[in-house]
Amino acid sequence: MSAVFAIAPALPLGKSGKFVAGAYIVFVALILIYVAIMAIRAQRLERELDELRRDVEAARAARDPERETEGVL
Amino acid sequence: MPSTTYGKGLRGLSLATLAIIALALALVFFYAPLDADQGFVQKIFYIHVPLAIVSLCGFIFGAVLAAGYLRTGERKWDMRSYVAIHMALIFGIGGLITGSIWAKASWGHWWVWNEPTLVSFLIVLLLFATYQPLRFSIEDPERQSRYASVFAIVAGAFVPLNFIAVRLAQEFVHPRVLTLGGGNLPGSMRLTFLISLVGIALLYVTLWKYEMAAKNARSQVRRLRRTLLGDDNIRPAGRSAAPS
Repeated sequence: MSAVFAIAPALPLGKSGKFVAGAYIVFVALILIYVAIMAIRAQRLERELDELRRDVEAARAARDPERETEGVL
Repeated sequence: MPSTTYGKGLRGLSLATLAIIALALALVFFYAPLDADQGFVQKIFYIHVPLAIVSLCGFIFGAVLAAGYLRTGERKWDMRSYVAIHMALIFGIGGLITGSIWAKASWGHWWVWNEPTLVSFLIVLLLFATYQPLRFSIEDPERQSRYASVFAIVAGAFVPLNFIAVRLAQEFVHPRVLTLGGGNLPGSMRLTFLISLVGIALLYVTLWKYEMAAKNARSQVRRLRRTLLGDDNIRPAGRSAAPS
């Protein structure tokens, strides 16, 4: 990585550097916020899947209690 | 009924997006020459203009998908249209903020009210910002989808009309560097701009597919729950602007 920086020409940041940096930071921040929201949604989906799995197992156990007992014994 | 898988090819698309955006950033900062008039601040052009273009195309894309819903009556088209408009709004906000920063650096003002391009873009953005409240205000899902689709088509048709109207306007402050005749950009700047545009367009498509995959997975979980456990075991989804 340091080799890349060594051969890269210096950027003439000057007074306008902060504006350019600001614009690109806004772009990156928007993507990061979006990814964070999607991560929260993915967690929620995972919870729903887990809930569904538990409900299906409970429904199966209620429907067929004898087999469950046999399985345990 | 076979369900659509939106996650297919998402990994390859994500990697391609990442590679193109990385290439675009390298070209912007280390290849494209400094603008003779504006200097370094012109680098904002390579992020601001693609964001604005992709956002406007996203609104039109949403309108086309909404027409698909009205034609077929299938909910998946409404979902696609909703996500397309939702993503276009996010990109539009990005374009607006980066444009505002560029305006401050170039013109000394965050916003210029007598500039037709800025104001017309704001009008389009505000128009589509009412899309979600419109959906939220309608409880019946069928009616919600129908009204939202009609709105998306009408507002989508407004986008090119608005663009043409601004182009026909006489007084310009906004620089005209992109025209049908090739524009005023030198070759290296044009290449950098085109790569940036492709990168942002790929980002839009990737995020659209990503969100569609997430929404599709959630609706499939709900459908499975309904099939396995019956309707009584489903918690009501509650009022939502998003199609269920």
